[in-house]
Amino acid sequence: MSDSIYTRLGGEAAMNAAVDLFYRKVLQDQELSHFFDDTDMAGQAAKQKAFLTMALGGPNQYTGDDMRQTHREMSLSDDHFDAVVGHLGATLTELGVPADLIGEAAAVAESVRGEVLNRPTE
Amino acid sequence: MPCVTFEGQAYELESGETVLECLLRHGLSVPYSCQAGVCQTCTMTAVDGVVPAIAQASLLDTHQQRGDFLPCICLPQGDLHIVDPDSELNQVSVTVTEHELLSPTVLRLRMHLDGSSASFQHRAGQFLTIVRSDGVARPYSIASLEQDGFLETHVRRVQDGAMSNWLHDEVGEGDLLTVQGPKGDCFYAGSDPEQPLLLAGTGTGLAPLWGILRDAVTRGHRGPIHLFHAAGTAEGLYLVDEVAEFAAQHSQVTYTPVVRSGPAPEGGTVGDLLEVTADAHPDLRGWRVYLCGAPKTVNALQRQCFLANASTTDIHCDAFVSAGDVVATG
Repeated sequence: MSDSIYTRLGGEAAMNAAVDLFYRKVLQDQELSHFFDDTDMAGQAAKQKAFLTMALGGPNQYTGDDMRQTHREMSLSDDHFDAVVGHLGATLTELGVPADLIGEAAAVAESVRGEVLNRPTE
Repeated sequence: MPCVTFEGQAYELESGETVLECLLRHGLSVPYSCQAGVCQTCTMTAVDGVVPAIAQASLLDTHQQRGDFLPCICLPQGDLHIVDPDSELNQVSVTVTEHELLSPTVLRLRMHLDGSSASFQHRAGQFLTIVRSDGVARPYSIASLEQDGFLETHVRRVQDGAMSNWLHDEVGEGDLLTVQGPKGDCFYAGSDPEQPLLLAGTGTGLAPLWGILRDAVTRGHRGPIHLFHAAGTAEGLYLVDEVAEFAAQHSQVTYTPVVRSGPAPEGGTVGDLLEVTADAHPDLRGWRVYLCGAPKTVNALQRQCFLANASTTDIHCDAFVSAGDVVATG
């Protein structure tokens, strides 16, 4: 059983650098930045860190309900979701994570698409 | 076995039990979630005793310094006295020792603690709350250092302000005030004496920044410290000579007063604080940033500094939300 990307990247200590890289990309994306206009930046960074921790296989408390509730009122589309996953991939590339592991992380992120976009569960 | 004291009760820990497990075992409903040292929901503050490093390591250095720790991963070696940081109210009585206008609208209040038992250990840049007998309470940033021997705040007269007008017009030297706190994490951390510091603020945002500046230099900070203080016009600036004098005495310090309109102040510039700081510091990688004052400006500066590569954990913000800004919700 191999170590998670989270562990291989360096665990909690690596998350702070990763989340800053990731969050900067999101904030500089014209399609996404306005969702963060009225938010508390430090609080948002903490949530991004929890999301990253989850996507990279670290200890996490993000439940499906959390994801749905948090994004419910935003009228998000597949394009928005794809953009965020793209920024996640770019962040991991910058951090030197191999492509196959990035694919693993993207798959974990993909698993919450339905919740984030508030789609009815089957 | 060690004892944890919380809200006046002492609880003995069983062997191998974390502080959180002990509190929960005794039926206390304290907040928690992951029980793995990740989510920080259970954060408590140790006011006495030694917390093992692992129970603090993932917290911000300023939070560590004020005693915050994670009970869910804390296996103390000795007794601890802990408080819930959200509910803890340290209240003291103070006497006003100085009441002086620094500008037509800014009052400098200096206060002395009453009684030898009163404790108000604080760091410059944290804030205290003045509580009036009718219940009106307002927070003010602390501009003073412990070793000054007094608490200093700068109070801007706010139109129709319930507290500021009272402090300006009806409070004087010798009067007693009730003060709570200190709270906040906007203070000099000192974890890296070579780190460049950017201090930027508007109006009475100068109070915490002036305190942080003096605190940093007093603690031997060697890296460059750049202070920007902005106001609409020169009339909104204050302590200009004192701060300039301090900057002249310490080569690592530069001070730039900024006004939006009117003639440029001596040593300063005309412009928008956002643009002035962006031009002066286009890349803040590795910098520690302190932003204090008007919320719109603080929030915009926070984003700007983050996008200029300062890390989230290195940006300290204190947005002065005025009571008038708060809209009552139903």
